[in-house]
Amino acid sequence: MYNKAESRNFYALVAAGGLIVGIGLIAAYLMEEHGHIITGMNNQIVWGMPHVFAIFMIVAASGVLNVASVGSVFGRAAYKARAPLSGLLSIALLAGGLTVLMLDLGRADRLIVAMTHYNLTSVFAWNVVLYSGLFSFVAIYLWTMMEQRMNPWSKPAGFVVFAWRIILTTGTGLIFAFLVARQAYGSALLPPMFIVASFAWGLAVFHLAQAAMYAWNGKTPGPEIMRRMRILLGIFVLGTLYFVFAYHLTNLYFAKQTGFEQFILAGGGIFPWLFWAGYVFLGSLLPLLFLFHSGLHKTSYTVIASLLVILGSFAFLYVFIIGGQAYPLFIFPGYEASSSFGDGQIASYSPSLPEFLLGFGGIGVAFLITAISARVLNLLPHDIPDRRKRDAY
Amino acid sequence: MSAINPERRKFLGKTSAVFAGLVIAPGVLLYDFAHGRAAGEAASGRVRWGMLVDTGQCASDCNDCVSACNKENGLSGGTSATDSQWIRKVELKDLRSGRTTSLPVMCQHCEHPPCADVCPTGASFRRADGIVLVDKHRCIGCRYCMMACPYKARSFVHEPLTDQNPDVPRGKGTVESCTLCVHRVDRGEQPACVEACAKAGRRAILFGDIADPESEISKRIRAVASAQIRADLMLNPGIRYEGM
Repeated sequence: MYNKAESRNFYALVAAGGLIVGIGLIAAYLMEEHGHIITGMNNQIVWGMPHVFAIFMIVAASGVLNVASVGSVFGRAAYKARAPLSGLLSIALLAGGLTVLMLDLGRADRLIVAMTHYNLTSVFAWNVVLYSGLFSFVAIYLWTMMEQRMNPWSKPAGFVVFAWRIILTTGTGLIFAFLVARQAYGSALLPPMFIVASFAWGLAVFHLAQAAMYAWNGKTPGPEIMRRMRILLGIFVLGTLYFVFAYHLTNLYFAKQTGFEQFILAGGGIFPWLFWAGYVFLGSLLPLLFLFHSGLHKTSYTVIASLLVILGSFAFLYVFIIGGQAYPLFIFPGYEASSSFGDGQIASYSPSLPEFLLGFGGIGVAFLITAISARVLNLLPHDIPDRRKRDAY
Repeated sequence: MSAINPERRKFLGKTSAVFAGLVIAPGVLLYDFAHGRAAGEAASGRVRWGMLVDTGQCASDCNDCVSACNKENGLSGGTSATDSQWIRKVELKDLRSGRTTSLPVMCQHCEHPPCADVCPTGASFRRADGIVLVDKHRCIGCRYCMMACPYKARSFVHEPLTDQNPDVPRGKGTVESCTLCVHRVDRGEQPACVEACAKAGRRAILFGDIADPESEISKRIRAVASAQIRADLMLNPGIRYEGM
């Protein structure tokens, strides 16, 4: 079914993906060998660029399942046709994100310790269970969809996956929500904010993968489903914006947090720039224009909008993770503090090359899993060709 | 074969007993006087080690506690953003009155340590006697404890280490912080910073068992006004500050 030229292109693509993964692994090896001194991270900014990549992928891994949920849980046939691709992308993104997170550990060689010693009060330990669970449940879900005999089970499996991924993203949000001592975090708003953000980021990734697959196979998706999915992405981008503004607004209202908000939104150097220009304008308003403007309905505009949403999510996470740590901890209320350990000072951070390479290596892992599986398995959405299809949406 | 000489035997017996006594006695005495723990004996939950820092006695130009800590624990003493600092001198200026205070800040050895709560593998833990430690064999280097600590008391080892103090094992890629000089405390000695502060003639840091109402530190805590840093978080740190 594939011609020679297509095969050659496919293997070239896989080789390119493999190269990116390989370079990422070399970066991880260097970090392991020389220590984190070769990264930009330090004792003040303890989580850096690898965490931006990892958290994006883990959050998107949950959100990309939205397409499957709309199909299985809410019974929309056009989305159901996309559920296998949605499940596969989830596994791929989760694998990519976890690879980055794991290889950034100070002692990545002790993964077995993390797998065998669980501290039940740690939300990190809960997440280890949630991640493994998502892998298993999505794998079972894919099986129920692809194996005809198992088809009756796909709806309950879809329900389990739906519930599980909501819990999983809650867990991701809680990693930060439980940090009571830091101004940027410690808010109950974070889990729902991450859930809505996951919808947007995951759907943006889905749009890209879907467009690439259709283009690769020389096909075009139906205009009705594209319209639906475009509007859905727009709604999720708006929803994320709403939560982000509610989060900053509540912080602004708390007297002791205004310094932090002033830093992130106005005076904090690169952070306000990334927030307003990167996340708000490029990552939200511009995509909204592309998604909702009546003259911009071509798939290419949706692809650009999706790329911008992903770019915006990186800007958002950079501000959230790095900016949140850069602002000094509130240890001595009412005092101006200074020390040799950065008390009372804005911490500085410049990400190093190995951090980026490790992050892209994780994206490479997700890409390889997707590309190879998409070719081996029949994942291209087949839309119902008959006249009843409008009722199916 | 020579005949048995009972006098010689008695002499050997007596000298052996005296020699054995000389060898054992100091250990027994040390144990008795200093309440150190024998090897293999578990830390007791009846004890809670803590400190009371008198900021009135702490001078901003004195860094002796920091130097002593670095020497005792084999830290480089560097102050770059990637260097480990288990104890630091913080200079405070009251925003309203302008009054300045200098004080040492280290791990506050909380009763409810957030670092131990968030640690995925249980590497961060609180010993029965209140000392918060990191099991260097179990730490995977995720740094979540550093995110969770309200006192910024922890450091991550960013580089390979050489010339370590055998009493204080450290490891690249793991997180570390003040151990309250647990190796010295277990021998019945005082933490290095406390000793250095006393040697400098300041005696700004008082160390002892805050669970024992008769200890010097407990009596002082009862007698003078002292406070915990970020007491609002209800973590009940074992380190208290006087004059803040």
